[in-house]
Amino acid sequence: MPTTLDTWHPGKPVSRHPDVPYEEKQRLFLEVKNDPRYEDFLYGCYECGICVSACPSARFYDFSPRVIAQAMAREDVERVYDIIAEDIWNCAQCFSCLRCPRGNNPGGLVTLLREVAVRNGLRETRDVLQGYSRVIYKVMLKGNQVSPDMLQPDFFPDWGPWVAQFSANMAVWRKAIPVDTLRGVTDAAWKTDRKTLLELYTIWFETGNMDIIKEVDEGLYDLLMDVMQEELEEG
Amino acid sequence: MTTAVQDILERKSQAVAPDPKRAPTHDIRETLYELEAKGEIILQRVPEPFVEVITKYGRTKRIPIEHTWHHKSCGQCGHIPGYTSSVYWLHRQFNLDFLDPTDQTSCTGWNYYASATSNAVAQAAVMVRNFAAAYETGYFPLIHCGTSYGHYKEIREQLVHHKSLRDEVRRVLDKLGKPLVLPEEIVHYSEWVHVMRHRIAERQRVDLSMLTATVHPACHYYKIVAEDAIYDPDIYGGQRTATVTATLEALGIHVADYSTWFDCCGFGFRHILVQRDFTRSFAVLRKIETMKQEVDPDLTVTHDTGCVTTLDKSQFAAKAHERKVGIPVLSDAQVAALAMGAHPFRVIQFHWHSTDWRPLLEKIGVDWRRYWEEFQEDLEAIRAGKKAGITWQEADQPVL
Ligand code: SF4
Ligand code: SF4
Repeated sequence: MPTTLDTWHPGKPVSRHPDVPYEEKQRLFLEVKNDPRYEDFLYGCYECGICVSACPSARFYDFSPRVIAQAMAREDVERVYDIIAEDIWNCAQCFSCLRCPRGNNPGGLVTLLREVAVRNGLRETRDVLQGYSRVIYKVMLKGNQVSPDMLQPDFFPDWGPWVAQFSANMAVWRKAIPVDTLRGVTDAAWKTDRKTLLELYTIWFETGNMDIIKEVDEGLYDLLMDVMQEELEEG
Repeated sequence: MTTAVQDILERKSQAVAPDPKRAPTHDIRETLYELEAKGEIILQRVPEPFVEVITKYGRTKRIPIEHTWHHKSCGQCGHIPGYTSSVYWLHRQFNLDFLDPTDQTSCTGWNYYASATSNAVAQAAVMVRNFAAAYETGYFPLIHCGTSYGHYKEIREQLVHHKSLRDEVRRVLDKLGKPLVLPEEIVHYSEWVHVMRHRIAERQRVDLSMLTATVHPACHYYKIVAEDAIYDPDIYGGQRTATVTATLEALGIHVADYSTWFDCCGFGFRHILVQRDFTRSFAVLRKIETMKQEVDPDLTVTHDTGCVTTLDKSQFAAKAHERKVGIPVLSDAQVAALAMGAHPFRVIQFHWHSTDWRPLLEKIGVDWRRYWEEFQEDLEAIRAGKKAGITWQEADQPVL
């Protein structure tokens, strides 16, 4: 809901998400603030806007790293919740905002806010990540974010006829690469040892990473658990 | 102009030669040595031979020449394989000892920056597992991806500052039977290209002096843990990272400046995969068109996975909107391989790039049709089952 002159009360926090109780917003805020990395990411804010001038997302979205740093520093629980619900997924995570003369890391704050949003399975976050599940599936199972077989014309139509040409020739193009670990591999970026992948799955289980996936996409979680547990049992 | 402005302009025009004693940040390596002395971590030393370079605040950083464990990039290997093969081709040309491991995962940082579906302990454990795998082989990690490089440096800071994180990571690593290992330096492949640039130039076979290039310095190379990037008073007066630009200049390419050099490419991690309207708009409006209008370069060169992908692939749709685009995009490693005469398709793999690279090859006098025909014969032989694929024996020989 945009702020208008009627709803603008300077100095008074306006709740843009009245359906969420204040206590819940405060709980999420404290989860961000209590992250051990928080104290390395925010030292106060001059309101100078240097971060905004460097920020790519500020040019194309209603988004501001300055507002994020300010809201966190002022402990504006309502505004921080708005940011979690509406803004965090616009950040490009480029870290141009590390130019901050105060030593802040607004992009890092966004990372913390995102982690909290994901861990708590917020509706807006689940919606945003819906189209992204197949990438998570790939990275969790293969240890690679992208693979040649993801280059499909229906997924990258804006990349032009090159994608169609590539996908028609993928198998043979992949064999025509002199690097041993890449040659012929289409479902991952390179050949990875089975032992290496089992170690990766162990990391996901031991660090609570699977619980995070469960919060954002239960279907994906079930799929991953099936494959990983079977692999780990085989040893 | 006021005197104050004149003073600033004067200062800016002078080369910056920073004094490490006045560095605004603590040298993390000192803490690493302390942690090593306490037995908290194993510190893998940079192997000889190495070259010392100067970083942002005047400190030195050791860049290994060989005995390197190549920490590959999933975006490069998956979607720009000529990037990886050019790095290896260069190593093979100089007969350097290196390892291309299969006991390696990606850093998974792309996913972390895109979706945050991970946490600090998991990300640190993935990094240390890779470092421990390198340590077990005796080879030193050389990081191909700019994001892995930046991400690992940030994780290294967190591990150093937070004992609780170290303890948690050690617990996880114990389960894998691996120690908590960190390398003495975190080194990006473009830093290796940088220190090799004069040796590469000595073996240059293709004249590139008629080319004008723009450089896109990769955000995660020099913005994250900024103090660790290479700076050189002779390049941009020491006020921007020298990596890539120094390499191109050593190869005789004219590097032209443009006003949005500091801007990111628009990759966005999440955006490039599922919200490309932002990526395309940013890459075209803030980078490609600006370069075109201000400099009209023959190519733009960068040193990271996402930047090559974004700047290259975003141009097609913009062309349909009659935007001023059409700049081929290459990595520094590919340019170095081109200079040394690598096969444009067997090694540099130009066919994986979508913005038209043919005018670039024509301008430097390379008859790309001839090499494309040769490559088509390779593909036919592979299709017919006459050979399993292209090998180094067929790709090693410089052809240009
Ligand atoms: S990391 Fe996010 S907030 Fe910081 S400059 Fe980049 S897009 Fe903006
Ligand atoms: S650059 Fe730093 S001090 Fe300035 S507005 Fe941004 S966060 Fe605040």
